[in-house]
Amino acid sequence: MAIALFLAMTTESMALRPEETIASAARKVVKLYGAGGFRGLEAYQSGVLISQEGHVLTVMSTVLDSDQIDCVLDDGTRYVATLVGVDPRRELAVLSLQATDTPFFDSNNIERSPPGTRIFALSNLFGVAVGDERVSAQHGVIATVIPLAARRGAYEAPYRGDVYLLDCTTNNPGSPGGALVDYRGRLIGMLGKELRSSTSGIWISYAIPIDELLPAYRDILDGKSVEPETSSLVVRIDPTVLGVVLLPDLLDKTPPFVESILPDSPAARADVRADDLVVAVGLDSVGSRISMSRALGRVPAGDPIQITVVRNGELIDLDLGPLPDTKKAARQ
Amino acid sequence: MTLFLFIARFLLLCAAVNALQPLPVFAEENPVSAAVLAAQQQRVAAIRQASMAAVSIFAGGQGGGSGVLVSSDGFALTNFHVVQPAGVSMKCGLNDGNVYDAVLVGLDPTGDVSLIKLLGRNDFPFAMLADSDTVRVGDFCFAAGNPFLLATNFQPSISAGIVSGVHRYQYPAGTLLEYADCLQVDAAINPGNSGGALFDAEGGLIGVNGRASFEKRGRINVGVGYAISSNQLRNFVGMLRGGRLCDHATLGATVATSEDGRVVVADILESSDAYRRGLRYDDEIVSIAGRPVRTVNAMKNILGTLPSGWRVPLVLRREGRPIEMLVRLAGVHSPAELALLVEGGGAPADPRQKKQKPLDKDAPQKNPHDDTPESGKKTAQVPDIVKPFYEPRNGFTNYYFNRLERNRVAALIASRGDYAVCKGSWIFSGTLVGGGDFRIELAENFASIDLPTGTTRIDTTGDLDGNPSPPGSGGLLASLVLWRRLLQSGPQSLGRTDYWGTAPLLGVEELCDVLHSTVAAVELQVASSPADGTVRGLELWPSSQDDPCEVRFLDHTSLNQIEMPHRFEVRHGNELFAIFQIRSIEFTEIPSNDEASDRVSFLEPGLEYFTADRSL
Repeated sequence: MAIALFLAMTTESMALRPEETIASAARKVVKLYGAGGFRGLEAYQSGVLISQEGHVLTVMSTVLDSDQIDCVLDDGTRYVATLVGVDPRRELAVLSLQATDTPFFDSNNIERSPPGTRIFALSNLFGVAVGDERVSAQHGVIATVIPLAARRGAYEAPYRGDVYLLDCTTNNPGSPGGALVDYRGRLIGMLGKELRSSTSGIWISYAIPIDELLPAYRDILDGKSVEPETSSLVVRIDPTVLGVVLLPDLLDKTPPFVESILPDSPAARADVRADDLVVAVGLDSVGSRISMSRALGRVPAGDPIQITVVRNGELIDLDLGPLPDTKKAARQ
Repeated sequence: MTLFLFIARFLLLCAAVNALQPLPVFAEENPVSAAVLAAQQQRVAAIRQASMAAVSIFAGGQGGGSGVLVSSDGFALTNFHVVQPAGVSMKCGLNDGNVYDAVLVGLDPTGDVSLIKLLGRNDFPFAMLADSDTVRVGDFCFAAGNPFLLATNFQPSISAGIVSGVHRYQYPAGTLLEYADCLQVDAAINPGNSGGALFDAEGGLIGVNGRASFEKRGRINVGVGYAISSNQLRNFVGMLRGGRLCDHATLGATVATSEDGRVVVADILESSDAYRRGLRYDDEIVSIAGRPVRTVNAMKNILGTLPSGWRVPLVLRREGRPIEMLVRLAGVHSPAELALLVEGGGAPADPRQKKQKPLDKDAPQKNPHDDTPESGKKTAQVPDIVKPFYEPRNGFTNYYFNRLERNRVAALIASRGDYAVCKGSWIFSGTLVGGGDFRIELAENFASIDLPTGTTRIDTTGDLDGNPSPPGSGGLLASLVLWRRLLQSGPQSLGRTDYWGTAPLLGVEELCDVLHSTVAAVELQVASSPADGTVRGLELWPSSQDDPCEVRFLDHTSLNQIEMPHRFEVRHGNELFAIFQIRSIEFTEIPSNDEASDRVSFLEPGLEYFTADRSL
């Protein structure tokens, strides 16, 4: 009966029963555990196995900001994953498990799926599956294929390409990096980060088409990726020279939260406030204390320093003026 | 501003034009096949049929939820957290548009389940419990319930989806509302769906919805709902029908995953039955209740679906060798603790699990259940129509239904023969498996047993407290004396007797009805077949400190249309005491028009005879 129903729902698949499709695809989806665990910041997400060499595609997120990223397969096998590289524009990260005998999705001959395609979303949503428990499966339809920035400014994401917009709630905590598969079990997309319109408050469910991600994945494997934070040549500048005192360095990558402002400083004059979260210096997005001090170091001498902070859920641009004379002294 | 409005209108117009474009999926060159139409017909029929059993529960201004009928006489399952605000009575709407009064029957706060009974009919439509262990991820399922209390005409809302996960574990809030081994579905489960049915494609009841994961989007479905599995419900439904306040099981030991991935005992209570049976620190747990334990979660899943007091097989591995034992599971709470939690309006908030909440917790909480007759305050609030079906008692949800079940089981047991006429002594003689003869005499005022190791005789006119005779049996004579009293004079002759619920005999066989008697300090449990009342086993605790004497009747025979055991096994602690093969049974005073020879029956020798007889 269940089989017949699903046949009734689909026009594109006659090959596999839904439970077979899901069982087969779920073996190629992994549960990832890393940094986080605070309110609104989960320490887990999902990933898809994409190569015979044990490469995993997932989304670039704070979960990966950890010394150890644990990766648990469908059968409960546990690996420690290493970060191969990232593509910040697509918010894509590639991990390696150093394994050769894991199942993986075929990444050849992937075509764009049209609207109306029936899909399953497989992910580690809400972290409910642990150990050898299978990731969660949801069903739905590709509602449309549309650039994420079609309503520019509404959804704050660096990715501007096409996404599969879905008719079901697939983007939950833990879902990012999960697999979007068609009824034949072919990988067609990767579930994106949770995304909420800054104007309407509406959350959307979407996946980035896998064909948008594969070129970046191959570039990363070829060593073409440039992770903004890997270069040690960048000069670091301590933001206290601007009067900004950040939260102490507690984690591997402590986010640049403003703890206090020194009186009569550029920051005080520009109205930077305690509890602001610095998210960008100029056009460089920053995610940690270290990346912020590097970004400050990249600002050409004499140029005004502009930072973007999040305050009460709003993005605010602030101009701190050029670095004061103490700049030279602060250089390391 | 005008420009903005103009653009907005323009965009809306574009969207409208787009919507008019026909979708390629429905192009004419793809006519719908007959098989697809037939499947749809079948689905519509299954949903129509299943909807008949859906109940809309209204807790009188305190919110409400859903339920599902599981018997023609009106028993319906729902969530504990749905009925908790309602007290002992509630109004229930059915698909036929009628409203019925209902009374609270049994509660399982730990499992978030309750049983209610709709009044006024004996021909209610109802759903059949299906086997939730055969459900696979990807199977079609649908929920029938009353989300957002929309069903003003009591016709349930149907939401369809797939099974997203099986054997899921969701932490309790405090110690209540634990969802163990539950089903996860992407069918929309919203506030108000709580307590409603989850059906499979054929309309079989695979679960009761009650929980969902929410987080950032408020209390609306995000494609992640949870249902209590039908197989867990089946374990508890006997106790619930008996009006009990049920508790879930704990092993009395905590486990952890060792570095090499084994699940090992990290700590164990020396007072637990598991410890008495021989479970020790660092033992590896291989399986419980026949289900493999590969993760700590798996063990939580297994124990979380079992009632307190059940005995289950446990396999452990020590130094590479497997060891099997039967372990009696303890309760998560003491009975007093549980009653207090229920009366106190439920569980304290648990900071660990904020995002997974049972639904419908918005409703104000009030004491649903006050079974202390002396308080009397709740009894006054019981509506007249429900009063005849409600009897408060400590430790029970509604003792009225316990009385019903006890009487039902007692009548079934009594139907196995006219035991009342068999006065005088009952004398059983035969051989022990493994060698030697025995003779047991159950007289009016004494009982005796002759064994190759000696003769034991006890006086049965006084209390049987602490009497473990014969030595090593744990109290076989007392067990048989009380068994004879039950058969001859009914449960009222055994002191206080309650219906306990159903339990698998010795943890391995089909579910039996269990009566629990307290005779002074002695506790007795009698397990009988729910189908025909045949007594299958006895367990007797001479005192609360002892391991019980376990008697298991393996074969029965009929003597003058009176059912009698033919072979039984006696165990105590971890040891087999003996297996008794009865060769003759004698009633010394049986009023009969027949000749005296009828008082004695000589059975054909040997186990083989009965084995052969059974295979015919």
